[in-house]
Amino acid sequence: MLDIKGVSKTFYPGTPNENPVLHSVDLHLNDGDFVTVIGGNGAGKSTLLNIISGAVLPDNGQVLIDSDDVTWLPEYRRARYLGRVFQDPMQGTAGDMGIDENLALAARRGQRRGLSWGIVRTERDQYKTLLQDLNLGLEGRLSTKVKLLSGGQRQALTLLMATLKQPRILLLDEHTAALDPKTGARVLDVTQALIEKYRLTTLMITHNMREAIRYGNRMIMMHEGRIILDIEGDDKQKLTVEDLLHQFERVSGTELDNDRMLLS
Amino acid sequence: MFWIIQSAISQGILWGIMALGVYITFRVLNFADLTVDGSFALGGALSAVLIRSGVHPLLAVLIAMIGGLAAGFCTGFLNTKLRIPGLLASILTQIALYSINLRIMGSPNLSLLRIDTLFTSLADIGFPERWVTMALALVFTAAVIALMYWFFGTEIGSAIRATGNNPMMIRALGVHTDTTTILGLVFGNGLVALSGGLIAQQQGYGDIGMGTGAIVIGLAAIIIGEVLFPQTNFMLRLTGVIVGAVVYRIVIALVLKMGLRSTDMKLFTAILVALALYLPTLRGHARQFSLRRRNGHA
Ligand SMILES: Nc1ncnc2c1ncn2[C@@H]1O[C@H](COP(=O)(O)OP(=O)(O)O)[C@@H](O)[C@H]1O
Ligand SMILES: [Mg+2]
Repeated sequence: MLDIKGVSKTFYPGTPNENPVLHSVDLHLNDGDFVTVIGGNGAGKSTLLNIISGAVLPDNGQVLIDSDDVTWLPEYRRARYLGRVFQDPMQGTAGDMGIDENLALAARRGQRRGLSWGIVRTERDQYKTLLQDLNLGLEGRLSTKVKLLSGGQRQALTLLMATLKQPRILLLDEHTAALDPKTGARVLDVTQALIEKYRLTTLMITHNMREAIRYGNRMIMMHEGRIILDIEGDDKQKLTVEDLLHQFERVSGTELDNDRMLLS
Repeated sequence: MFWIIQSAISQGILWGIMALGVYITFRVLNFADLTVDGSFALGGALSAVLIRSGVHPLLAVLIAMIGGLAAGFCTGFLNTKLRIPGLLASILTQIALYSINLRIMGSPNLSLLRIDTLFTSLADIGFPERWVTMALALVFTAAVIALMYWFFGTEIGSAIRATGNNPMMIRALGVHTDTTTILGLVFGNGLVALSGGLIAQQQGYGDIGMGTGAIVIGLAAIIIGEVLFPQTNFMLRLTGVIVGAVVYRIVIALVLKMGLRSTDMKLFTAILVALALYLPTLRGHARQFSLRRRNGHA
């Protein structure tokens, strides 16, 4: 499914700002894996996702999706494999365009775009049904400009867009971090429902340990550009936050910075 | 007085096509494109030279438009492939076009006196030229608006709109934003040059300086249109740009009548646009001020 082999990345090499971010990272995902990713600030989590999506190119190593080597494929040409949701609710949608238009753009992800209509009537009916499932009252506001929606609504819409054309891999980068806890929980429920509905292979970065434990069948922890923990199945189900903190100290030899890694 | 207004309306509609081109780059693509001054004059130059050498006036206008498409491509290429910032890339094209336009025309000014243009050839059949000008302007504008309305509703057109709105998002959806940026600039400058080609024929000469300040006039038209037609659908917004260009022309005609010199117009327009661009900020200040007052701090 997804294979990351020996991927390294240093930003600003050969300058005073040289910043080694990933050190020969290996990661293999099986079909249907739902992997949560945790780690301190600057551990390289986002960079890893960006290398998968092509937003950042690695210095070394390989990225394979379905055994296609995509390492050097530009971002827009990998889009057909990937659904993405970012931390900033503004980032995943076009605010000046309607809900329906945004969905129509997403429905054509990775396809050749030509001179046929950008949205057709039958699509609107389909979108209405999908929005109804979200249960956010958006189904009656198809032509509303997305910039008028709340952050949570935008994020839920972005999720719908990312999964509309089922991606081979869904990449979520702290996509609830900018929302208030209640809305965040709501969006996570939507996330879980969509992943189950389409059985999506997923990588989800979160800074919330409980979320990382509760969701998914596997969890990896990153620290200073390396994957230092990889727990799955029963072991993961039995995990507690205290275990996790212990394990982290044992493997990394340092204390976890608790400022941003929320324990609650 | 009626004739002055009528002529201002016809001119406004023809200049409106240029403003629609600016609308594509400035509003749809969110790209401050100064190519416009050069591509407008390019359209005028091509159109004037071609009909002087006996090319059919309609064909001349179409070739003028193709020249504009190429100018837009240059700016797009400089920006997306050579990674030169948009504003600078478009200034480079604009400056280059000054030399090119002089080469095309051979002199800074080309008169079309006693040469058949689109406008005179119809007037020759017996229609009054004033009404021919207006009718032709309306036909071209209607065609351009229909074309834009259709194109920005297509898959490619939607992708261009999304590129102007959120390039990161549309890349994640598989669109090569270099291509959509170039396409938007090509389309926009094609319309600008089409307008220049028509204006040259209508005013009866091509001039190296005819595009100077065109971008600002385009912005003025867009802003006036937005003030008159706030928050409407795409079709009305496009129509609003044309109305904006017409209102602008009428205001200019009246100001000239009041005694200002035509060479003062650029200053007048610059002040107008500066004020219009300040408007959103001013509204913000006003809101803050009234809030402070209500809380008793003013
Ligand atoms: N595009 C980029 N250009 C330069 N430096 C970057 C870029 N992306 C991330 N970094 C740097 O790489 C380091 C790791 O960042 P990141 O992968 O975002 O960490 P995390 O998501 O785990 O918090 C940080 O020091 C960050 O400043
Ligand atoms: Mg991050």
